[in-house]
Amino acid sequence: MGIQIIIEKCTGCTLCVQTCPFDAIRIIDKKAVIDLNKCTLCGACVPACKFKAILLEKPQAAAPKADLKDYKGVWVFAEQKKGKVQSVVYELLGKARELAASLGTDVSAVLLGEHLEEEIQELIWRGADNVYVVEKREVANFQDEPYTNILAELIKKYKPEILLCGATSIGRSLISRVAIRLKVGLTADCTGLDIDPEKKLLLQTRPAFGGNIMATIISPDYRPQMATVRHKVFPETVSDMKRKGKIIREDFNGPMLESRSKLLDIIDEIESTVNLSEADIIVSGGRGMGGPENFKMLEELAKAMGAAVGSSRAAVDAGWMPYSHQVGQTGRTVSPKIYIACGISGQIQHLVGMQSSKIIVAINKDPDAPIFKVATYGIVGDVFQIVPALTKKFKELLNK
Amino acid sequence: MNIIVCIKQVPETTEVRINPETNTLIREGVKSIINPFDMYAIEEGVRLKEKFGGKVTVITMGPPQAEAVLREAVSMGADEGILLSDRAFAGSDTWATSYTLSAAIRKIGVFDLIICGKQASDGDTAQVGPGISAHLDIPQVTYVKKIEGIKDNAAKVERMTEEGFEIIEAPLPALITVVKEINTPRLPSLKGMMRAKQAKITCWKAQDIDAEADSLGLAGSPTQVVKIFTPPARECGQMLEGEAPEIAEKLAGLLRSEIN
Ligand SMILES: Cc1cc2nc3c(=O)[nH]c(=O)nc-3n(C[C@H](O)[C@H](O)[C@H](O)COP(=O)(O)OP(=O)(O)OC[C@H]3O[C@@H](n4cnc5c(N)ncnc54)[C@H](O)[C@@H]3O)c2cc1C
Ligand SMILES: Nc1ncnc2c1ncn2[C@@H]1O[C@H](COP(=O)(O)O)[C@@H](O)[C@H]1O
Repeated sequence: MGIQIIIEKCTGCTLCVQTCPFDAIRIIDKKAVIDLNKCTLCGACVPACKFKAILLEKPQAAAPKADLKDYKGVWVFAEQKKGKVQSVVYELLGKARELAASLGTDVSAVLLGEHLEEEIQELIWRGADNVYVVEKREVANFQDEPYTNILAELIKKYKPEILLCGATSIGRSLISRVAIRLKVGLTADCTGLDIDPEKKLLLQTRPAFGGNIMATIISPDYRPQMATVRHKVFPETVSDMKRKGKIIREDFNGPMLESRSKLLDIIDEIESTVNLSEADIIVSGGRGMGGPENFKMLEELAKAMGAAVGSSRAAVDAGWMPYSHQVGQTGRTVSPKIYIACGISGQIQHLVGMQSSKIIVAINKDPDAPIFKVATYGIVGDVFQIVPALTKKFKELLNK
Repeated sequence: MNIIVCIKQVPETTEVRINPETNTLIREGVKSIINPFDMYAIEEGVRLKEKFGGKVTVITMGPPQAEAVLREAVSMGADEGILLSDRAFAGSDTWATSYTLSAAIRKIGVFDLIICGKQASDGDTAQVGPGISAHLDIPQVTYVKKIEGIKDNAAKVERMTEEGFEIIEAPLPALITVVKEINTPRLPSLKGMMRAKQAKITCWKAQDIDAEADSLGLAGSPTQVVKIFTPPARECGQMLEGEAPEIAEKLAGLLRSEIN
């Protein structure tokens, strides 16, 4: 087991050196040498070598599963809060339909909660062929343990080959636990999902190192193949009231529903209807806003555009905005359609949290601010003049 | 209280740069630091110790040089450091990482609370914390922004959500993952730095933690990386010039089709 350079094949071309994300390969005497203290066996160098000179031996899976073929269908975990299915679920259903079409299989949603009648119907209209439903008081709100028990049990019973879930605060906690319980692979925060046309495996592409590199990950020997996906990565499916689907109700009792930790209260703080991760548009302010009172200006622009308000860490640390609005490495990662950065310099820790936004607008009085390097549209100017002008314009335009 | 804090050594983000010619990651001379979120985990552990007494053990899995982050944690007030380092751990994905850490925690034996960061800045998965609690079969609360109190062997905490927060009570032993809002990490004191220099770091290999070989490293990892590439660079931007109303007019035109 391990990694090896086949000396005879190595030409010392340095392709592997350049690919290694861990700086673990050196060319010594015209041959590649791997520093085993740095190498993590990630395998990135293997396909990079044009001469097939790198050998990565993967040991056989502990229990090679003979029954991989028994696993069929693409599942989407239908996260609901207060009885409302979250928009990311409809985004995933669209992607699930594509994946299922390439595999020649069907799409199912799994919904846990209480009073779900309308939501079940909506899931079918939005693309689910089957909806597995567990309707019980005990699972009305998300709790790690009962949700893990139930989802793991349903997977064991129905054997889906793929399970997708939103990379939300609920999704990430739940699915990580389920993956351990079932001993299956899980890829976080995917931005691309495809089916390998030959092997029919799920190709899961995700950013790493704060978006500086992308990695494609597979899980060939384990089922289901599981992935979480952020909000806004894929478009929502539209509701088609002609669609038909099957509803499969499952009942659970006793220890399956028990939770050692207790949910005592749920407190909503975000007054405006849009939350940051779901927002199509985010108007974000930094230290350049000068003080907390000036964030009102951003709120007005946000209102005119139907946007949510975000913030840099500098503005949070200064106490101008609550932490829940912070975008970046130690805050939230967002990828809206439009991100408007006002008085934000664009340090790398901020950029990693927003650089996957489709359109970035930067307003900054310093023409050399790094934010302009990622901006789709750059405006060198004073926020106190530009922002009110934008608000006025968008109010006229959108009549809000 | 016996507290275990899991920390990871990561490259400093600001230093991860792309070589514009080869379009690859420059890692030469990159500084390694404690994962930013783990700083909050260490600080919270030390604060709990100061309040309730007990001990903070920091633990990391990584190459031999990861010892440095354990010493830094000791300088912030942690009592002991355990380094899990073995070639057999190389190639671990989040399944195998959380398995290895949980096996080490089992070996430590008694604990009341495990604290992890929300996520690591290199992998960004946020899967290892919940993974450890699943392996140990203990309650978990992720995204904790405040510990309201610990009473009658249960922790009452605030868990950050997209809309606000939840108040959750978890019986101990439990695992929490923490976000930045929970505290402001202290700077190491001079005394702390002295202590860190002298602190004994325990090093465990695979055979020390009673782990099953086929659950470790590459063999124990259900996922495999098949390709690593640099994302396409963002297209060169366009600068909008003129007086404020003029700029607003231009921008509105450019964005119109994107807004419903
Ligand atoms: C471990 C770690 C984690 C971090 N995590 C995060 C994170 O999650 N999120 C984050 O944002 N940061 C994070 N940071 C901090 C980050 O490095 C920057 O310090 C921070 O993003 C700066 O915020 P800013 O752009 O608002 O402020 P500054 O860098 O001070 O920039 C203010 C900008 O406003 C401009 N300006 C001033 N007045 C005006 C005006 N009237 N009109 C127009 N423009 C004006 C200035 O030209 C300047 O470019 C982190 C740092 C570290 C070390
Ligand atoms: N190799 C490791 N050693 C110790 N702790 C780790 C390791 N990897 C991850 N963790 C812990 O798990 C958290 C989440 O990491 P990740 O799932 O990689 O995003 C981190 O903040 C650490 O607390």
